[in-house]
Amino acid sequence: MTERLDGPQAPGGGDAAGEPPGPRETPPAGVTAPVAAAASATAAVPAEGAAPPRLGPSPRLAVMFLLPAVLLLAAWMIYPLVYSLVRSLFDASGSRFVGLGNYGSIFTDSSTLTTIRNNVIWVVVAPVVVTALGLIFAVLTERIRWATAFKLVLFMPMAVSLLAAGVIFRLVYEQDPDKGVANAIITTVHDTFSSSTGYPGARPRENDQAPATVQGGAVVAKQQAQPGRPVLIPLVGLSQDVVKDAAPAKAAPADGIGGTVWLDVVRGGGGTLNQVDPQEKGLAGITVEAVSGSTVKATTETADDGTFRFSGLPAGSYVIRLPQSNFTAPFNGVTWLGPALITPAIIGAYIWVWAGFAMVLIAAGLSAIPRDALEAARIDGATEWQVFRRITVPLLAPVLLVVFVTMVINVLKVFDLVFIIAPGSVQPQANVIALEMWRVSFGGGGNQGLGSALSIFLLLLVVPFMIFNIRRFRRDES
Amino acid sequence: MTTTVAEQPRHAMAIQRGVAGRIMDRLGGGVVQVFLVLVAVFWLVPTLGLLIVSLRSETANNSTGWWTLLTKPAEITFKNYSNLLASGFGQSFWNTVLITVPATLLVIGIAAMAAYAFAWIEFPGRDAVFLVVIALLVVPVQIALIPIAKLYGFLGIFGSILGVVLFHVAFGLPFAIFLLRNFFVGIPRELLEAARMDGAPEWRIFATVVFPLAKPAIASLGIFQFLWVWNDLLVALVFADTDNQPMTKALQSQMRQFGTNVDILAPGAFLSLIIPLVLFFAFQRYFVQGLLAGSVK
Repeated sequence: MTERLDGPQAPGGGDAAGEPPGPRETPPAGVTAPVAAAASATAAVPAEGAAPPRLGPSPRLAVMFLLPAVLLLAAWMIYPLVYSLVRSLFDASGSRFVGLGNYGSIFTDSSTLTTIRNNVIWVVVAPVVVTALGLIFAVLTERIRWATAFKLVLFMPMAVSLLAAGVIFRLVYEQDPDKGVANAIITTVHDTFSSSTGYPGARPRENDQAPATVQGGAVVAKQQAQPGRPVLIPLVGLSQDVVKDAAPAKAAPADGIGGTVWLDVVRGGGGTLNQVDPQEKGLAGITVEAVSGSTVKATTETADDGTFRFSGLPAGSYVIRLPQSNFTAPFNGVTWLGPALITPAIIGAYIWVWAGFAMVLIAAGLSAIPRDALEAARIDGATEWQVFRRITVPLLAPVLLVVFVTMVINVLKVFDLVFIIAPGSVQPQANVIALEMWRVSFGGGGNQGLGSALSIFLLLLVVPFMIFNIRRFRRDES
Repeated sequence: MTTTVAEQPRHAMAIQRGVAGRIMDRLGGGVVQVFLVLVAVFWLVPTLGLLIVSLRSETANNSTGWWTLLTKPAEITFKNYSNLLASGFGQSFWNTVLITVPATLLVIGIAAMAAYAFAWIEFPGRDAVFLVVIALLVVPVQIALIPIAKLYGFLGIFGSILGVVLFHVAFGLPFAIFLLRNFFVGIPRELLEAARMDGAPEWRIFATVVFPLAKPAIASLGIFQFLWVWNDLLVALVFADTDNQPMTKALQSQMRQFGTNVDILAPGAFLSLIIPLVLFFAFQRYFVQGLLAGSVK
């Protein structure tokens, strides 16, 4: 208990008071001690210099102020950089020099090649979409009164950990439409537009007397349909529960081309095979096609009592076919977390997290656009679209570039979302460089040589942006 | 909250009326309203889903979608939360605090000193050193994982909270120094000159003149660093052992059986995001300021 209470107070309080927090080991102690040293040294320096030549403090003082930061940066960033560089030239055990061998295996091993491919997809898609959405939202929010609330809502995911965001989207992407909201919406929309309810498992009897047979998944009537000769398509293989509430089957009227699709089974037995018996149930909503040669001439659907009728079909004889779609399992939503869609699905979660960031930065840029330029263009007769396209966007270009570059850097390092959202079985398909680096080095891969090479590779990928940042800073300063 | 985010559009309103404005006038403001309402709902629903799932029993979650709760609110139960806390999750919540608070305070203190030197003390090579700091801004954490793991093993602090804290402090410094230095540079020179003229030691000028003036920048930095450390998974995954693991790592270890562990993961994830969310709403102004200072200069 005391440990817990002392924990935060020691370093925290020590920092504020300028006292060393007194960690146990040498380097950390050395790192924090100068805080106190700086305080006393500061007082000592002017006295030592007697009459300072100028009003500014001496450069030696700067050392005291910089020391803690420099020590930490040197020990935790510069030294590891050098160490990783050297370590990447050795094998898994660290004892055998392999030169650039680890880098070679990054570009030959199929699993690391997948990570590179995925990173390319990420870099091509995510920053562009995030920046574009940010621009759209920033411009549109100028038109609403509840802009503050809107921005807050979109911005909120930035405060949430990527782990929590990952859990949130695992729930969204659940396969079962009764659990995952994405599939719940998609199946609802799908079922609204496609009325076919589907009878998976329904099939004709397999004997010579059966009037219908299965051809390539579709059920086809053996008898050609002609006006006045209704086609009978008795099916079996359905549980009575499925048709519990269905209307009794009826024989189709003898005029025109039509027939009946029904479940040719009487609950409790009885009835005549291949004949419509009064206790038997019609199958509603089945798609029926009239085929002549190899082309579908007409399509209709069965009524509640299982009857169907083609109206306006030229006289002739047709093959009646119930396409396979009637018998496939009902649409169960999209497999978001399967190997095919996993990366787009995770990018979706990433966009959810970052679009607000882009929007806020771009909105700030919008507010800084000089209105004269816009007005001048308008007076010259430019349309609003031209003003937006030719003036607003070019004036926003520096902000858009910053947002885009920030996103690229961020995307290159993407780790948490992939690690959390991709289920274990599809992690190889969703893998990215940052995750592979962890997996290879700490997550059971046991190859810190390759891990070091991957981390150096990752560093090399961000070097252009390092230069971009430095250039931007120098330009802003001058 | 009402200030920064609200002020920008208010200020920009007159300008923007023209740009997208007249296009939208023709399309009808109603379309924009409806579109943005849909977007906002789209952004809220996932988090709402997490909250509701965390408040429903395991059997309820397994039988129907969380959205059905909206029609029968009687299903709400806090049992998942009490089970979670009974299973020792409280310790990892506490570990998160023990890691985040010192890491935030240390970064502020150390970065403020360095930023002061970069902004107000002339020394040879100052610009070159600062460029190194800027270069370090984008260095990926991955580069240090293996070497620092070795170093911690050597020092005997592998797995400890101290090791995690120091790692976060070091990797938080480049951004912190960058942000504060840019703010310090903007402090009027006269204020410092006057204090120096009075013979105040540099240490005292730093502590009594610059530091208090920099409160907004320090608030921005503080909230950023706090969120960054609180929300970190990777550093904890490598450097914290089970006794010292923060919430993120504790929850990650439950991910393998996502389907059966939803009753642990949903309340855990919600507990882990509630404090950042409260802080975010409370200090949202500083958050946005820091964002603008850190990115668009």
